Amino acid sequence: MNEKVIIVENLTKKFGDFTAVDHISFDVHKGEIFGFLGANGAGKTTAMRMLSGLSLPTSGHARVAGFDVYKENEKIKQNIGYMSQKFSLYEDLTVKENIRFYAGIYGMSNRFIREKTNEVLEKLHLAAEGDKLVKSLPLGWKQKLAFSVAIFHEPQIVFLDEPTGGVDPVTRREFWQMIYEAAESGITVFVTTHYMDEAEYCNRVSIMVDGRIDAMDTPQLLKKTYDAVSMDEVFLKLARKATRAAD
Amino acid sequence: MRTLKFLLQKEFRQIFRDPSILRLIFIMPVIQLIMLPFAADYEIKNIKLVVIDHDHSSYSRSLVTKITSSGYFILTDYTGSFNQAFEKIEQDKADLILEIPASFEKDLVKESESKIFMAVNAINGVKAGLGSSYLRSIIQEYNKEVRTEWIQFPRFNPETNIEVVYSNWFNSSMNYKVFMVPGILVLLLTMVGANLTAINIVKEKEIGTIEQINVTPVRKFHFILGKLIPFWVLGLLIFSIGLGIARLFYGIIPAGNILTIYLFAAVYLFAVLGLGLLISTYADNQQQAMLISFFLMMIFILLGGLYTSIDSMPGWAQAITKANPVSYFIEVIRMVVLKGSSLADIKYQLLTILGFAIVLNGWAVVNYHKRS
Repeated sequence: MNEKVIIVENLTKKFGDFTAVDHISFDVHKGEIFGFLGANGAGKTTAMRMLSGLSLPTSGHARVAGFDVYKENEKIKQNIGYMSQKFSLYEDLTVKENIRFYAGIYGMSNRFIREKTNEVLEKLHLAAEGDKLVKSLPLGWKQKLAFSVAIFHEPQIVFLDEPTGGVDPVTRREFWQMIYEAAESGITVFVTTHYMDEAEYCNRVSIMVDGRIDAMDTPQLLKKTYDAVSMDEVFLKLARKATRAAD
Repeated sequence: MRTLKFLLQKEFRQIFRDPSILRLIFIMPVIQLIMLPFAADYEIKNIKLVVIDHDHSSYSRSLVTKITSSGYFILTDYTGSFNQAFEKIEQDKADLILEIPASFEKDLVKESESKIFMAVNAINGVKAGLGSSYLRSIIQEYNKEVRTEWIQFPRFNPETNIEVVYSNWFNSSMNYKVFMVPGILVLLLTMVGANLTAINIVKEKEIGTIEQINVTPVRKFHFILGKLIPFWVLGLLIFSIGLGIARLFYGIIPAGNILTIYLFAAVYLFAVLGLGLLISTYADNQQQAMLISFFLMMIFILLGGLYTSIDSMPGWAQAITKANPVSYFIEVIRMVVLKGSSLADIKYQLLTILGFAIVLNGWAVVNYHKRS
C-alpha cells in the first residue's frame, strides 16, 4: 500500500489571469481509493485533466504511474484509464464493438479482448445485450459499461470524473461495488464526486476550495478534525469559505 | 498499424450505420448532377420583347415575325406608344423594347436606309447583353435579306464582306452540359469531402468521445489517418457515381484516360479532406464548422471558374483563384474529359494540388492537440 503511484507537487494551471488549480500537492498510493471533492468550479476536473495528460500544467511537478506529466504524457496514457463527466462511449456502436475498439487502441491482443469481453459482459449482466447499440441502454448501465471499458486494459490508475452523476441509488451502490473490486485487483482509483455518502467509501479524501486543497485525510479523521458527524458537514464547513462563483 | 485497423473499422461501421450519410452519398450526386446542369443553362431564352410599331407596314411585320420565330423571344406586347412599352419594363414584364419608326418601310425603299431603336432593361446584365446581341444579329440578317431583294446584281459589292466560318473544337456542338457536368462533379466532391470530415470530427468533440481518444495512447497521426481514409474512399465512390451519371445521362465519355482523372481526384481528395480536418481543429461545434465551410465554399464556387471564365476576372480575383483548389480540378477535369489531355499536360496542376494536400494536412496535424 505504500508505493506512490501519483506524486503531485505545487501543480498549478492558469487560464490567462485565472488560476484554476493553485499549487496543489498530494500523493496517492497504489490500490487506494482517493476521493477528490470540491464544489463546482473548484478545479477538480482541471487537476484531473493535467494528471491524465489532457492538459498541460502551468507550473509544478507531477508523476503519474512513474512518468512525468510534462514529458512522458503519452506513456502515462498507456497506464491509466479515464472516464469523463460526459458519457464517452460511441452510442452508434454496439456494446461489444465499443469494448473491442477501446481495447484495440490500447494495444490489447485479440485473444485477450475476446476472453475478457465475455467475462466483463457476464459480470455486468449484459451478455444478452452485447450486440445492442449502446444508445439503447439505460444510463446506469452505460455508466457501468463505461467504467468497465476504462479499466479493460488493466491500467495502474483509473481517473473517474463524477462517474455516478444522474444515476439511481441502486446503480450507484453497484457502481461502487465495481470500484471496490477494481481497487482490490490493485488498480488505484482517483474519483471526483458530489455525493458525500460516496466520499465515506473512499480510503482518503481531499477537498478542493478555489483551486487549493484545503483538507486531506481519511473520512474518519476529517470528521474528527472538523467536529462533524458526516462528510456532508465537513464539506459544507469548507466549501462555505469559497469566494469563487460556481460555474 | 493495428491501431489504425481498429480506428478504420470503427469509422466504417459508424458511416454505414448512419442513414443520413448514406443518403448524402447516393442522393446528393444524383440530384445535383441530374437537375442542376439543366437549370444552370448559359443560353438565354424567353427574352420578353415589346415591339412599338409606328409603321404597320409589311416590312415591319415581317421583321417582327422573323424575330419571334427565332425562338429566343417572347412577344409580350405589340403597341403604338413608347410610354406604354416603358411601363412594361418598369413592371418587369419586358426585357427589351424594339421601336420601329413610322417611316420604316418608306425610308428603306426610297433611301435604302432606315433606323430602328432598341431599349434594353439592363438589370440582369447577362440577359440584357445577350438579348440585345441576338436581336442585333437577327436584324442584321433581315437587313441582308432586304438588300439581296433590292440591290440587284451589283457589279461589285459596295461593302467589303468578311464572312466568318466557325469550327468548334473539343465540344463541337457547343453543348454547355459537357462543360458544366464535370465542373459540378468537382464541386460536389469538394463539398462532400470538406464538410463530412469537418463535421465528423467536430461531432466527436461535441459528444466528448474525442477526449476519450485523446486520453488513450493513440498517436494523432493514426487518429487523423483513421478519419481521412474512410472519407477518401467515400469521396472516390461518390466521384465514380458522378462519372457514371455523366455517362448515362449526358453521354459524357472522357476523351482522355480515366486513370488520369482518378489519379488527380485521389490527390485532390486528400487536399479537400485536409481542409475539412483543418476546419475541425478550429471549430468547436458543428454550427461553426458549417459556417466556415460554407463561407469557403462560396468563394471556391464563385472563384472556381465553373460559371465564369477565370481569364476574364480582374487581376486580384485571378490571384485568388490560384489559392483555390477547386479551380485547378475544374480546369483539369475539363481538359481531360473534353480535350483528352494526358498526365503530362496536367502535371503542373497535379503538383500544385499535391502541395495543397501537404500544406493543409500538415497544418491540421500541427494544429490538432491531444493536450490543451
